[in-house]
Amino acid sequence: MTWTWFHRLGSPPYVYRLAGRLTPWFAWSAGVLIVAGLFGGLVLAPPDYQQGDGFRIIYVHAPTAWLSLMVYTWMGVAAAVGLIWRIKVAHAVAAACAPVGASFTAVALATGSLFGKPMWGTWWVWTPRLTSELLLLFLYMGYMALRASFDDTQRADRASAVLAVVGIVNVPIVHYSVVWWNDLHQASSLTLGGKDTIATSMLVPLLVSLLGFTLYFGAILLVRLRGEILRRERATGWIREALA
Amino acid sequence: MMIQFQSMAQFLAMGKYAAYVWPSYGLTLLVVVLNIVWAQRLLRQAQVEARRRLATQEERA
Repeated sequence: MTWTWFHRLGSPPYVYRLAGRLTPWFAWSAGVLIVAGLFGGLVLAPPDYQQGDGFRIIYVHAPTAWLSLMVYTWMGVAAAVGLIWRIKVAHAVAAACAPVGASFTAVALATGSLFGKPMWGTWWVWTPRLTSELLLLFLYMGYMALRASFDDTQRADRASAVLAVVGIVNVPIVHYSVVWWNDLHQASSLTLGGKDTIATSMLVPLLVSLLGFTLYFGAILLVRLRGEILRRERATGWIREALA
Repeated sequence: MMIQFQSMAQFLAMGKYAAYVWPSYGLTLLVVVLNIVWAQRLLRQAQVEARRRLATQEERA
């Protein structure tokens, strides 16, 4: 097996061009899947036997909550790769992740609150799931504030990467909180390889929506990554070509 | 799978959950759109700055 593809992923001009070419594929497939998934969730899925039509919030709540964790994982892993192998592109990926992850963490918390009020009778409880998700939002915000406090991009990259890597500990805590502790939040409806606790007619739109939001994040990341790469690059040859 | 609502009014009422379902979807779609706008703006600004940098370097040369 050759590792040339891996080395190429560390090359700014290569990644800049590749990201540009991949963006429309991610964007269009994400658009189609999100529209289909949300239509299925809002219109086609049967109402829940306990939560009625209120359960349809799950089709935006679960994908945004999934994004909040997946984006942080990308950010933490990219930051670690950047720290260990001093790869500029990896730091650019981490920096591109943060604002997206933060905004969807806020949406996951807000839609969770709108879900909790009619089902639990309260907007907020300080249970492990909700508290650790709130901590996730603070981690994203701390990461961005730390970056903003440096004028020098390289120093911002290295300092913020340490925070991103340490904060990864919180990701499994959010995910397993409903298993480890007796939380008001319901347990996961989906398990890889396990028995799903959701009817197929409800499950299909959810999976479509999850896939759509995942690809959507891919498209956003690719666009932001190109911006971050341009900001970091001081070599002029390929930039002149790329911007021509 | 089939359409679960008899009328548009029934669909909009969402059982008795309209006040929770619609703000959830509205907020999510708003942030989805905002992220597209922010990402495109970041890229465009970076391209403008890079062009400016190239121009000043050419002047010096």
